[in-house]
Amino acid sequence: MSNLQLFRQETRDWLEQNCPLSMRQPTSGGDDACWGGRNYTFASEDQKLWMERMAAKGWTAPDWPTEYGGGGLDKGQRKVLKEEMARINARSPLDSFGIWMIGPALLKFGSEALKQQHLPPIVRGEIRWCQGYSEPGAGSDLAGLQSKGEDMGDHFIANGQKVWTSYGDKADWMFCLLRTDTEAKKQMGISLVLFDMETPGVTPKPIKLISGSSPFCETFLDDVRVEKDQVVGDVNHGWTIAKYLLTHEREMIGGMGSAVVGGESLSQHASQVLGLEQGRMNNPMLRAEVASWEIDAACFGFTAERVTDEVKSGQGVGATSAMLKYYGTELNKRRFETLLKINGSDGMVWNGEASNGGWLPRTWLRTKGNSIEGGTSEVQLNIIAKNILGLG
Amino acid sequence: MALVLNEEQQMLKESAQGFLAEFAPVAELRKQRDAGSETGYGDKLWAQMANMGWAAILVPEAYGGLDFGHMGMGQIVEQSGRTLTASPLFATAVLGVTAINLAGSEDQKAELLGAIAAGEITTALAVDEKIHHAPTQISMTAVKQNGGYVLNGAKRFVADGSTADKLIVAARTAGEAGDAAGISLFVVDRNAAGVEVERTEMTDTRNYANINFHNVEVAETALLGEEGKGFKALSGTLDAGNVYLAAEMLGICQESFERTLQYLKERKQFGVLIGSFQALQHRAADWWSQVELCKSAVLKALQAMDEGDVKAPVLASVAKAKLCQVTELSTNEAIQMHGGIGMTDEYEIGFFIKRARPAQIMFGDNSYHTDRFALLCGY
Repeated sequence: MSNLQLFRQETRDWLEQNCPLSMRQPTSGGDDACWGGRNYTFASEDQKLWMERMAAKGWTAPDWPTEYGGGGLDKGQRKVLKEEMARINARSPLDSFGIWMIGPALLKFGSEALKQQHLPPIVRGEIRWCQGYSEPGAGSDLAGLQSKGEDMGDHFIANGQKVWTSYGDKADWMFCLLRTDTEAKKQMGISLVLFDMETPGVTPKPIKLISGSSPFCETFLDDVRVEKDQVVGDVNHGWTIAKYLLTHEREMIGGMGSAVVGGESLSQHASQVLGLEQGRMNNPMLRAEVASWEIDAACFGFTAERVTDEVKSGQGVGATSAMLKYYGTELNKRRFETLLKINGSDGMVWNGEASNGGWLPRTWLRTKGNSIEGGTSEVQLNIIAKNILGLG
Repeated sequence: MALVLNEEQQMLKESAQGFLAEFAPVAELRKQRDAGSETGYGDKLWAQMANMGWAAILVPEAYGGLDFGHMGMGQIVEQSGRTLTASPLFATAVLGVTAINLAGSEDQKAELLGAIAAGEITTALAVDEKIHHAPTQISMTAVKQNGGYVLNGAKRFVADGSTADKLIVAARTAGEAGDAAGISLFVVDRNAAGVEVERTEMTDTRNYANINFHNVEVAETALLGEEGKGFKALSGTLDAGNVYLAAEMLGICQESFERTLQYLKERKQFGVLIGSFQALQHRAADWWSQVELCKSAVLKALQAMDEGDVKAPVLASVAKAKLCQVTELSTNEAIQMHGGIGMTDEYEIGFFIKRARPAQIMFGDNSYHTDRFALLCGY
């Protein structure tokens, strides 16, 4: 038996013994996903157990080095773990901007002290992070940000306003872009800093969205003290790290495009709702729309696979994240427009038990943000046109 | 298996690119068209291709072939899309080889595959009888008589039908139009008595034919596979055909995109390069993204055929449907972004749309394959 086969067997056994049954079904897409953090209230004992068991093995961040609490798995093992979790329909034990975004940036650019301080708590789900990038005047044009960090010797004093801070009211720490040199050119003079949300002067305020929920905040910074040892990379040179982090964000958002609905594929769901007659879905126009979407989603999935394989074999162009973000989010929006049509008047029910608290219309409205957050679709197309196609 | 080419496949791709650019570029297509060529391609071209082993790529080694696989052959066909090269490669080395390999007896394989691999014979696949692809709707008949069969009926849109040495014909030995059961495959000499071939010139100036079969008598040995059970092999052949049409269209999409991109960087209007207009930049960026999806869809389908994946038919329909969609986009955008010059015969960009549409409709267009995809997925 090869090492990988052995690993698969061990993983399968371990998951069988350690993944609670209630964690072997998809989340509703609502509050039953696990986010962790200092003040987190677990939805169930099982949810807590599942996160803690996975964290103890480092499998909340399976590819991070073990010295920082990660799983230390190589690519092959990582894939096996993913497959074995999918096989029993196991939920992600922890959803985390720490794991998806600031963690990888710290691994690549952070000092040893910053890694030691921040990475292990992220793996254990103890600290929940939020992102302080966008500002009222600098969304898509991120480099135009104005929030200032004034140099006070061993620390900065930060002032300004951030917006679209995901879960800013629930987060423990923020990774934040500040202008630390006002004289320098736009992209120069920006630093990436970390601070505790409980520092005096930090005030997150939820923004209510058309979906009725408030996943985002505006966050006000009034004379916030930021220690200099919490700067990632060099002072005034945070832009490269910020861009690296955005690439991760794009991949994360783009990756949602081919996801399924409550464990069912779009066509399975449509077949259930609309019914089949002689093997064909009962509404020919919707059937065509569903099939056309599934074909595009398949091609998108193959492309993500191909890009990964190209990078592995050293042939990658490495500039495709903009394309995956653009196409993935457009696909996801299309999926929800189709879902609404399939579900007819039921799809509009905003409140009520049968509609799972209006999950469908609320999530549909939420997807409208996919092609705005992390750089709009238009910004992604600009990136492709300029960086890949060389159009000036 | 990783979704990337290995070194040998990459080399084959590059050598095909070099060869086709030299001996069969778009200019050659124009030359053949203007000369009113009967075949649509140069006299020596196929012999040269066969010499390089291209006719033998899909033929198993046991029958004198190279057994190099679909990932490799796909690269050649993709390159032939870039140059709009007409040749018997598709009808013979893809369709003929696949049909005979799937359905033929040992004797038939030894005789026919060996001859194809050696570049000695060409073949054509005769399936459709109506203007839309519908392989179960075959009504052409083959009636058993005097130890052989008598064929009656008509086929249309047969690629290379007027030049191929052997026609592989799908006819009905039982049942009625609409049934998959009862269809049989036959190998018929194009020059057999009662075979009437009418060459039909299409937008791509390639060699297609409408063929009438009038009391054509063939021996029992002409039956390819079991009587009445030919649909499975036919279906597998059509899957391969569709994947290769998708590969060719991928070449068309890439070439028309790259030529247009180049034009956007050269052409000035209102005193600036038209590529500086955001309206065109965004359309070009979307177009490029779509072509990236196409590359993955074609590779995935080629790989599935090499691996004998049970999902190969679904992946063939995914590839064909997606490529039909994006080829329509690509050829239309190419002309629009070129403006007036794109409408002229003198400029080559317009040749791509004229080859693209026949490739799209052959063996089922976007709507056909979207429907088939849904059926194969159970809805």
